[in-house]
Amino acid sequence: MSEFIIELKNVSRYFGSVIALQGINMQVKLGEVHCLLGDNGAGKSTLIKTLAGVHVPSEGEYHLEGKPVVFKSPVQALDAGIATVYQDLALVPLMSVTRNFFMGRELTKGRGLFKRFDLEKANDIAQAGMAEMGINVRDPSQAIGTMSGGEKQCLAIARAIHFGAKVLILDEPTAALGVKQSANVLKVVAKAKARGLAVILITHNVHHAYPIADRFTLLNRGQSLGSFLKSEVSREDVLEMMAGGQELDALTAELEEFSRLDATA
Amino acid sequence: MTEPTQLVEKPESASNVSSGDERVRKVPAWKRMLHRPELGAMSGALLVFVFFFLTAGDSGMFASDGIMNWTTVSAQLGLIAISACLLMIAGEFDLSIGSMIGFAGMMMTIPAVYWGWPIWSAIIFAFAGALLIGYLNGYIVVKTGLPSFIVSLAFLFILRGLTIALSILFTNRTIVGGVDKFAEGDWLAAAFGGTIGKWLFVWLADVGIISSYKDGTPVVEGLPMVVVWCFLLAVVASWVLLRTSYGNWIFATGGDDKAARNVGVPVDKVKISLFMFTAFTATVYAACQVFEFGSASADRGVLKEFEAIIAVVIGGALLTGGYGSVIGACFGALIFGVVQMGIFFTGIDSDWFRVFLGAMLLIAVLFNNYIRKKVTEARH
Repeated sequence: MSEFIIELKNVSRYFGSVIALQGINMQVKLGEVHCLLGDNGAGKSTLIKTLAGVHVPSEGEYHLEGKPVVFKSPVQALDAGIATVYQDLALVPLMSVTRNFFMGRELTKGRGLFKRFDLEKANDIAQAGMAEMGINVRDPSQAIGTMSGGEKQCLAIARAIHFGAKVLILDEPTAALGVKQSANVLKVVAKAKARGLAVILITHNVHHAYPIADRFTLLNRGQSLGSFLKSEVSREDVLEMMAGGQELDALTAELEEFSRLDATA
Repeated sequence: MTEPTQLVEKPESASNVSSGDERVRKVPAWKRMLHRPELGAMSGALLVFVFFFLTAGDSGMFASDGIMNWTTVSAQLGLIAISACLLMIAGEFDLSIGSMIGFAGMMMTIPAVYWGWPIWSAIIFAFAGALLIGYLNGYIVVKTGLPSFIVSLAFLFILRGLTIALSILFTNRTIVGGVDKFAEGDWLAAAFGGTIGKWLFVWLADVGIISSYKDGTPVVEGLPMVVVWCFLLAVVASWVLLRTSYGNWIFATGGDDKAARNVGVPVDKVKISLFMFTAFTATVYAACQVFEFGSASADRGVLKEFEAIIAVVIGGALLTGGYGSVIGACFGALIFGVVQMGIFFTGIDSDWFRVFLGAMLLIAVLFNNYIRKKVTEARH
């Protein structure tokens, strides 16, 4: 048994002549939030798809609980307890909370011809699962089209947790959300962590990532700038290291230049 | 939406599930009813009943034979509306239902009358053939990704053309009669052509609830099997839709097939099986007609696919899939049957029937659109 649930050793991924990832080392621990930071095109998507079993590493090793594994499909990764919540969430707006919660994995009772979807129990489980994540569902039979973006995100996370995820990969969960809703989603991430899950959080928003993360991995142009424990780096360091750090500095300088010119004019 | 602020203020309520339950009960029952897809069709049915009760109450429309008349017409349409409804909820159309009725009728009549097959084997042959065509229809739709509108439109013409061409080829005519004398005493034919509950109707006539002829036989001799089939299929299909995993997959498939695929719903299997189900109900429809009239005709079922779609839409289903109700579709078919027969009983020129249908369809679509907005709009 390894200290880490997931360990990537020198993983690279090529698409033809394109080097999407090169020599990535990454450790994910249960009960930790691991933040994957990087600008657009840094290779975040390729990395999580590699973790989720969509892509097989071209080089390097993927270790799960200390043993090398090769996932040939996302279903295999899911069976191993690695659940990914993509930005589209895989939810159907016209269906109820419960029906979405159990979509594809319906809770049944009875046998043979009379095997049926146990809606009453499913309602209770969905409601309890959501409540555990801090979302009060008034009516589990309400269509989720009526829910806010943050609540839908929480539903997708609660669903993954209920179905036995040990590692939760969240792809930009706060990207389309307002401040308050983002806070709610981050609270849910904290709850998942408290339950002993490993969470891999993909974002390019350091302000969302920093308060909740235990460990950071920074990506830039397909390469890792390294993994850091939170105690080792400050928010400013992280921001600096992210692609765009230098650009932001340049922008700040430029803006100062403008205001100086304005003042003298 | 007030949740986010409540969460911040009193997170302890989050662990208390029952507090959520209490807030549910505050929604009045009538308001919850508004969110049922079948509401429109139910109130519409009530409306047409009241209308014809007032205008045709003394015309015999609500006498026992009159009732049986519009019940039978509604049940026939109800049969195919049930399967069209499930398919539409799964996000697809089948425009070949009507042609399939004609084709299936010939598939069971020609072998029995011209080739000397026992009737039961001809019926099984017709069902097997129809299911195969349904499978093919569905297979082409899911494998090519073409709109089912186009694929099933092609089958509408192929099947209708085949029905006429093959019946001319084998029998040199387009109406094949004389099935009744073969069907007599056949166990399987009785499941489609006969009536049940004769004793009940004799008893009802004896006590004077329904009228009878001079020799004492009741004017309605039994419940037609088509009504029994429609009722049974409605109950089973509704149960399957609302209470089984497969039903959940139907909603998921029509609601967002990409999301459904991502969580492991066998979307292709769901669609193909529902195309087979529409072919099945079309064959039941055909069998009921063949054994009621004792003949098959190449032009049976013309335009029935559109009538079925109208009934389904009046029943509250969305054309875009993911939402609808089997019970609603049955009420849609009931409205259809009552109005069709009611116009006949009131003596209004029957040309007006189509005007009414079109208007009903338009109103239903507008109403459904409004309901969908209510259901899916986020309340921030």
